[in-house]
Amino acid sequence: MKRLLKNFAFTAGLLLTVALVLVAIAAPLLAPFDPNAQDTIRRLEAPSHSHLLGLDDLGRDVLSRILWGARVSLRVGFSVVILASLVGITLGAMAGYFGGWLDTLIMRITDILLAFPGILLAIALVAVLGPSLNNVVLALATIGWVGYARLVRGQVLKVREMEYVTAAKALGARSPRVIVLHVLPNVINPVIVMATLGLAGAILSEAALSFLGLGVQPPTPSWGAMLTSGRRYLGLANHLAIWPGVAIMLAVMGLNFLGDGLIDALDPKYRKEM
Amino acid sequence: MSQYILRRFLQMIPITFGILTLVFSLIHMIPGDPAVQIAGEGARPEDVAAVRKALGLDQPLWTQYVHYVTHVIRGDFGTSFQTNLSVADQIKQRYPATIELAMGSMFIALLVAFPLGIISAIYRNSWIDNVARFFALIGVSMPSFWFGPLLIIAFAINHEWFPVSGREEGLKSLVLPSLTMGLALSAILTRMIRVSLADELTQLYVTTAVAKGVTRARAIFRHALKNALIPVITVLALQFGSLLTGAIITEQIFSWPGLGRLLLTSISTRDYPQVQASILVIALTYIMVNFASDLLYGVVDPRIKLE
Repeated sequence: MKRLLKNFAFTAGLLLTVALVLVAIAAPLLAPFDPNAQDTIRRLEAPSHSHLLGLDDLGRDVLSRILWGARVSLRVGFSVVILASLVGITLGAMAGYFGGWLDTLIMRITDILLAFPGILLAIALVAVLGPSLNNVVLALATIGWVGYARLVRGQVLKVREMEYVTAAKALGARSPRVIVLHVLPNVINPVIVMATLGLAGAILSEAALSFLGLGVQPPTPSWGAMLTSGRRYLGLANHLAIWPGVAIMLAVMGLNFLGDGLIDALDPKYRKEM
Repeated sequence: MSQYILRRFLQMIPITFGILTLVFSLIHMIPGDPAVQIAGEGARPEDVAAVRKALGLDQPLWTQYVHYVTHVIRGDFGTSFQTNLSVADQIKQRYPATIELAMGSMFIALLVAFPLGIISAIYRNSWIDNVARFFALIGVSMPSFWFGPLLIIAFAINHEWFPVSGREEGLKSLVLPSLTMGLALSAILTRMIRVSLADELTQLYVTTAVAKGVTRARAIFRHALKNALIPVITVLALQFGSLLTGAIITEQIFSWPGLGRLLLTSISTRDYPQVQASILVIALTYIMVNFASDLLYGVVDPRIKLE
């Protein structure tokens, strides 16, 4: 941990990530205004003392909406990572441990999904299921589980031949127990790294889908949707196009820094595999 | 080499069918009755029946699938609900604009990444290297749907050097959209070139060349760089595929009349034949580019031919 903290990138990433989480938790306390309260007379007003980041096209406080938007981003990010990793770890562990037709089937499915451009599949799924926060999570998890499955499968293939696994089986442990108690704990490090980077990816993807009108629907504050408004009022209210993007960039950068630092700490070999 | 190409081509066939199947099944993922959802609420029963017949939803699933695949193979994607025009014709009209945008972005990416990556590798761990690495990290963290509008503000609104949107002004129109996608890609390529070349510079053959009297510059550019470019070229080819999907967002920002914008418009108007066809064309282009990059890898790295 001390070594990690000496790494500037990791420390910066950790600080940014902790700040993001704290902002999301404390948004109701930090936000100076109700994120949905409208003051249409003052719509598109530039930053001022009373509204530090200005007002949007419906006269809502931009700073408050950015702070509340952190909740949406983190909610989507964590939901996607949890769902994708649970599915991916389960299928990857089964594929790696049992092999045979199960391995072939799961890997062929991952081949097809990997051949499909990720964001395109997410757009396609949200387009047919309908735009909503839950469908965004479902779409992103559908493309996200593949990476975890492949990673865990590769790790399990190495670990399943280890002596301690053989010993556990010889002592009568059944396959689920062997996988959960002996195999998975030894493959968890790269999964943690992938999850951290996956969180950054999920936040960025949710923002992209919301920007395209396929994600979180109004009036729920979302950084991506705020940038859609920003694009509509370029030249008139440039602050709408600037500050939500700063929030996205800081969040994603912090998580990328954190992920990079974790790679060095938990699994330096992973950097080569990545 | 021909065995390598054949093997890669055969691997593509099940993947292509998998993608066809996935795209086909999209319509059937629509919650409820797809025909009712597509015709819209309040549609008359005869309109719903017409939509059902047009999409072949009144047929058994297997028949629908065979019908879909045989038509796709013939290049027949049906008729757009919105315009009543051939979907294939609309795609043919828009496709070149997307390719043009991807090529422009690639050009920008190479223009920036090559010098920066090379300098960063040569002067690794110096301030130049740190600046280049920071730029790379910013580049991958910065969303295009933020960066693009910032470029519009700076260069199209505050200084009217380039158009705000559209494709009417030829090369001038291409600059800002290409910068939007190209700079993000250059961040990835800079990192890749830096790592690859830095690795080559530590190899014994470089030290041997310098010891034999070759100048350091010659050793870098005539020997190390060539080998360092092998993984970079394949990443480049793969990233071209990603540019095609990234173009969906960039085309929306700049109202660029490409396939990505057509896809988004057809989603908003529930023009599902157009949605399906656009997704399929983009996905198939993506796997063709990946296939080409596999072949390229086999050409540039002689060791791969021996596999």
